[in-house]
Amino acid sequence: MIPELGHFALALALALSLAQAVFGLWGAQRAEPRLMAATAPLAIGTLIATGTAFACLMWSFAVNDTTVSAVVQNSHSAKPMLYKLTGTWGNHEGSMVLWVLILALCGGAVAGFGRKLPSTLQARVLAVLALVAVGFLAFILGTSDPFLRVWPPPMDGQGLNPILQDPGLAFHPPLLYLGYVGFSVTFAFAIAALIEGRVDAAWGRWVRPWALAAWSFLTLGIALGSWWAYYELGWGGYWFWDPVENASLLPWLAGCALLHSAIVVEKREALKTWTVFLALLAFGLSLLGTFLVRSGVLNSVHAFANDPARGVFILFLLMVYVGGGFALFAWRAAAMAPTGVFAPLSREGALVLNNLLLCSIAAVVLVGTLYPMFADLILKQKISVGPPFFNSATLPLVVPLIGAMALGPVLPWKRARLWPALQRLWWAALGALAALLLCLALEGQRIGPALGFAAAAWLILGAAADIADRIALFSRPRAALARARGLPRAAWGGAIAHAGLGVMMLGLAGMGLATDRLALLQPGQSASLAGYDYRLDNVQDVAGPNFSARRATVTVTRNGRDVVVLTPERRSFPVGRMTTTEAAIHTTWLSDLYVVLGDERDGGAVLRIHHNPLAPWIWFGAAIMALGGGISLSDRRIRVSAPAAKLARGEVTA
Amino acid sequence: MSRKRRRLYLLLLCGLGLGSATALSLSAFQDNLVFFRSPSDIMQEAPAPDRAFRLGGLVETGSVQRETTPDGRPEARFRVTDGASTIPVTYTGVLPDLFREGQGVVTLGKLGPDGVFRATEVLARHDENYMPPEVADALKRSGHWNPDQGAPPPASSWNTLTPTPAVGAAPPGGRSGS
Repeated sequence: MIPELGHFALALALALSLAQAVFGLWGAQRAEPRLMAATAPLAIGTLIATGTAFACLMWSFAVNDTTVSAVVQNSHSAKPMLYKLTGTWGNHEGSMVLWVLILALCGGAVAGFGRKLPSTLQARVLAVLALVAVGFLAFILGTSDPFLRVWPPPMDGQGLNPILQDPGLAFHPPLLYLGYVGFSVTFAFAIAALIEGRVDAAWGRWVRPWALAAWSFLTLGIALGSWWAYYELGWGGYWFWDPVENASLLPWLAGCALLHSAIVVEKREALKTWTVFLALLAFGLSLLGTFLVRSGVLNSVHAFANDPARGVFILFLLMVYVGGGFALFAWRAAAMAPTGVFAPLSREGALVLNNLLLCSIAAVVLVGTLYPMFADLILKQKISVGPPFFNSATLPLVVPLIGAMALGPVLPWKRARLWPALQRLWWAALGALAALLLCLALEGQRIGPALGFAAAAWLILGAAADIADRIALFSRPRAALARARGLPRAAWGGAIAHAGLGVMMLGLAGMGLATDRLALLQPGQSASLAGYDYRLDNVQDVAGPNFSARRATVTVTRNGRDVVVLTPERRSFPVGRMTTTEAAIHTTWLSDLYVVLGDERDGGAVLRIHHNPLAPWIWFGAAIMALGGGISLSDRRIRVSAPAAKLARGEVTA
Repeated sequence: MSRKRRRLYLLLLCGLGLGSATALSLSAFQDNLVFFRSPSDIMQEAPAPDRAFRLGGLVETGSVQRETTPDGRPEARFRVTDGASTIPVTYTGVLPDLFREGQGVVTLGKLGPDGVFRATEVLARHDENYMPPEVADALKRSGHWNPDQGAPPPASSWNTLTPTPAVGAAPPGGRSGS
């Protein structure tokens, strides 16, 4: 009964979205206020319907309803409750329902918070969002019905892939989707602006918070995925340039460019056409990511839908939305004349440079990700493009990007001179040089890590110099605190996000100095790495809730003093007959001690030991970047343009 | 600055960005593309000695030997077959959880002058029934499996050099090593 209710709710959501799209577009074209006024309640209705469908699916997973096909294929009664619930989106069908739910949430937010928008703009934005929802709801109902029944019901489900049974991964997809789908709102604003032929500062003020929110969530989602890969896969690395990782990096890069160029639209009414283009691009790349992951054209951990019909459907949606968007862009872009004029050397100029470099990096990553697919289709050659390609092709673009990142915020708008700006940054430059030389002196000829440390110092000190300069910390220190309080939150957010990337660079540079060794140890023997001694005490059997495991006990000592006891495991799951490796990690914040249990032979065990300096700072830095985005989002300018919260609540209950 | 000149500057900058991205991609492609080769491909045409490539096929049943190098590092030796040809492989490191005799495997490394492939990576797969598409393709090309006639034959029958599993070999799918 519950699954049928969910199926009905999905169909209802499709009908409501269809009405929302037609009413919005037609009503705005005919300037018909009653039709336009209907879009907001329809958006709320769609949200309630998709929310119901999602709740029904989650219920089916929670009670392990084995008459539902998605539950049978992806769940099992012996699984802990948390993973039963998060298993809702651990499979193709459920994750698509989550996708649509988040899209409906965005629509509901535009309906709720967007009451101060011009009514035609709001109606058009909601209509475009509804069009996107129609496509994906039709995709779910047509090719991947999550509520499909099986008869007779099997005794129990087939279980969730054990490497997905992890708290980090449980929340990776929702965060990532909040990012992906958040760009659908900027896309909808761009399409609405193209239809109206008008982009102004008010439009920029509306687009920027959405771009910021989507970008912040995407940052968190990618960081969580990378952290999961680090501790769960047990390979000791954090980023593998896997096509699926790249698929999430591409919209991140485009979104990063978008939120910077939206600043220029908002403040200076320049770069309008370019910002609209970026908004189309960011959502296009999000859809491309969905296509790559969902169609099974890539083989990776994530590719669980190897059904060609689904791939063709998503490819069709991709062509309709992105192709339609760009066709509209080609037709209407000329209507948007720029008004703000600026010199090449200015804050605007620096933001243009940022956009160019970010887009070039995105282009390089896109080529590297898609080339093997095209080589297979056209040249009939099996080729893979690995980390060496991405590292050597993106590094020359990242270096100037980071160089300009500290410089851009201290340049004035419109027209700037280089020398005064450089004078404000002299101590950041000095710090970067010191970090470079110190690393070269201590670690020898390691150019990569040395550059990384220099970049970290340059970014963190540059952000500090920017803030110190704005609050006149050195020239008038007494009033500095009051000035700090008065500084717009957007300025704080920007500086914090830039410093966050610096913190991440610190971690990346540290990982460049990582060392590892393999050792075959008998119980009682020890191996040493980077000043720590790892003694294997024993290997024994342990039992978990739905797995059995071999667990090694490794005592880590330093100069004879005990540091920590690590227990790496190899788990085997009887459901699905799978084995996973659980790395044991101890972090001192200065470095991670990371031990993986390999196979056992001759009474001993193979241990792979990693010493990863500064590793936790990679994800900590990403969290700081997202925090910067959040602080910028709470800026007064944005809050003032949002309506009273009371009205939005009244709307939801109505 | 006039609007026209500014637009010219912007276009020039865009061209510069795109041009440098293209140049960087092309130059990085030249050195870093990794080709896939099946054992039969290598027999037909030996690849350049210093060039890394990916070798894929089935792990020959009974061929896995686990040893320890003189400096105490664990080493694995096995043979990769596509039914028609076989290449010996050595790998120093921890083999992935689902590395099994008789199952599909993809390795990354270089071919030594002695004809032994020195793998630096053995790619992990997370599903026991998963066959890497490159390997499936290689098996088809070697002529030992016609996909029109249904699923591939059981993996343990793929051996060409040792038709019956060697004495003391681990049963397929079982945990190897003691």
